[in-house]
Amino acid sequence: MNRLEELFTRKQSRILNVYCTAGYPQLDSTVKVMKTLQENGADLIELGMPYSDPLADGPVIQASGSKALENGMSIEVLFQQLKDFRKEIYVPVILMGYMNPVLQFGFEKFCQYCADAPIDGLILPDLPEYEYETEYGEIIQRYGLDFIFLVTPETSEERIRKLDSLSRGFLYAVSSSSITGSDQDFSAVETYLERLQKMKLKNPILVGFGIKDKHTFDMACSYANGAIIGSAYIKAIEDANDVETATKTFLDTILI
Amino acid sequence: MINITTPLNKGTYKQPNIYGYYGNYGGAYIPEMLHRNVEELRTRYLEIMYDDAFQKEYKDLLRDYVGRPTPLYLAKRLSKLHNTNIYLKREDLNHTGAHKINNTVGQILLALKLGKKRIIAETGAGQHGVATATVCALKGIECVVYMGSKDIERQAPNVARMKMLGAKVVPATSGSQTLKDATNEAIRGWINDPLDTHYIIGSVVGPHPYPDMVARFQSIISEETRWQLKEKTGSELPTHVMACVGGGSNAAGMFYHYLDELSVQLVAVEAAGHGVNSGMSAATTQLGKPGILHGSKSLVMQTADGQVVEPHSISAGLDYPGVGPLHAHLYESGRGTFLSATDDESLKAAFELAQLEGIIPALESAHALAALHQMKFKTSDQVVICLSGRGDKDLATYMKVMEGNVM
Ligand SMILES: Cc1ncc(COP(=O)(O)O)c(C=O)c1O
Repeated sequence: MNRLEELFTRKQSRILNVYCTAGYPQLDSTVKVMKTLQENGADLIELGMPYSDPLADGPVIQASGSKALENGMSIEVLFQQLKDFRKEIYVPVILMGYMNPVLQFGFEKFCQYCADAPIDGLILPDLPEYEYETEYGEIIQRYGLDFIFLVTPETSEERIRKLDSLSRGFLYAVSSSSITGSDQDFSAVETYLERLQKMKLKNPILVGFGIKDKHTFDMACSYANGAIIGSAYIKAIEDANDVETATKTFLDTILI
Repeated sequence: MINITTPLNKGTYKQPNIYGYYGNYGGAYIPEMLHRNVEELRTRYLEIMYDDAFQKEYKDLLRDYVGRPTPLYLAKRLSKLHNTNIYLKREDLNHTGAHKINNTVGQILLALKLGKKRIIAETGAGQHGVATATVCALKGIECVVYMGSKDIERQAPNVARMKMLGAKVVPATSGSQTLKDATNEAIRGWINDPLDTHYIIGSVVGPHPYPDMVARFQSIISEETRWQLKEKTGSELPTHVMACVGGGSNAAGMFYHYLDELSVQLVAVEAAGHGVNSGMSAATTQLGKPGILHGSKSLVMQTADGQVVEPHSISAGLDYPGVGPLHAHLYESGRGTFLSATDDESLKAAFELAQLEGIIPALESAHALAALHQMKFKTSDQVVICLSGRGDKDLATYMKVMEGNVM
């Protein structure tokens, strides 16, 4: 049983997945930030690999990525930082990033390094299901990594079922057809989440995009197994002198 | 009617396979948030484009509004300089001053057929932004154009044009603040508002079906060239066709109806900036590696870590670190000849054309003209150059050259 499976077997509700950017705020803060998240209630960590052209990210995460790149972060550096990280981090960790840097690193080499770290799963939003099925899915599975697909309010029922069947670990329900960090009307989101809930999908569902406080987290959790917080967390540590305290303060407001 | 269901092959130069591949390049590497829109386009674009009523409306607008056919002009003094026969395909004489409008006229009609109520676009030099704002005004549709803040500064007249046409110009402040970043912002804008909005991409880039769709709309350039050349020389086939390449849309249009004519040499000219190896260049096929940018697999200028680099060209329309997948395939297969011209060579070529032929070219087009000096022609050769745009928008740059007495 891998860490993701273990988590979802043990816990089916109010799963808190927090996004952080590798190499942010400092180049070598990656593991420290993950540790603080783990200590303060994160069940799962989505670790972003910064990219110069992150199409599916909003301004806050974009800025954290630019900073991380300035700090000198790269996939090569990240895997060096992850060498012994399992001595400290026991929660599941999934890597989120874009295809281009991964292709340059070498797709299979990347999967191998993930398996060695070990990393539990991958989110590559610009790897479409056609390419996954014809080329990359086989490699990802060969290295025992879970691959998480996204669905949105615009995704048809038929396609949701297909993406659910391909997904392993969980299914990422994008809360609106909108970029991370943007504000939105949550009532339309509820209708959509209710629809997903009724579909009785194979995978657990985590809701992401626009989850920013206790209210939105609770709302998402009333329809799904949990939620993903990204921009709001990055914002909370953006100007913090002490990331540990800022993380604790932020997660406390969500989890009280 | 053309064959809509392409088999699962490697695609041809003229038509990618159903997943959008020309050889090893193309595809649709898009986040799920764009799936519905892109899939709608993919399944419907050919059926809509080749509907008789659509074709009639498109061709009527090209004739009565854009001013097509554009002349094919035998540039005698330029020909004499190179001791051969050089024809200019005068896309600079189109309404709004460049080839870009061939595509925007087509895409606005397509957007209306899809029931879209709002248009977004990216722009570099501002020519595509102006061409988009123009057709939106023509059809009374809301228009938002994303433009790098650096380009907003260096292409002020086109920003003013877009505003006068009623478009909203949104500065892209991320990254290098040029065309690449404007494209990122436009894609994000589309993700944020996917239902009623159509994204008019300005070149043969982006996820499938954009590269193919834009190439087809621009193919009017070579469609006309064939019969015009026949009238003038008795043959539809020149020995060479040449065009500058940013994303590659005027080149795709100039090449399109010659792609399968193997006797015709296809010459693509990229922007070398300060020189291909100067670190200040935009010559993507020379400097790029296979990668993914803006939704398709192609050649991309990037670091060893896969971060996209900031290109440089004096010409905003060529200042792009990628190239359309068709061109990556033409390059890799050897069907196309890829040259590059520096900033200085292009400036020189612009003044040369102005003073030999009385035509002030766009800086982009001047790159294609500059490459004439790198070619060895026979006196009997028939060379067609796509003069993609006029130089009005570049006057500030040309004035600097004259003040500095560089020429
Ligand atoms: C006059 C002109 N030519 C060429 C280009 C380059 O684009 P493409 O390579 O798509 O033709 C531009 C782009 O702005 C342009 O304005």
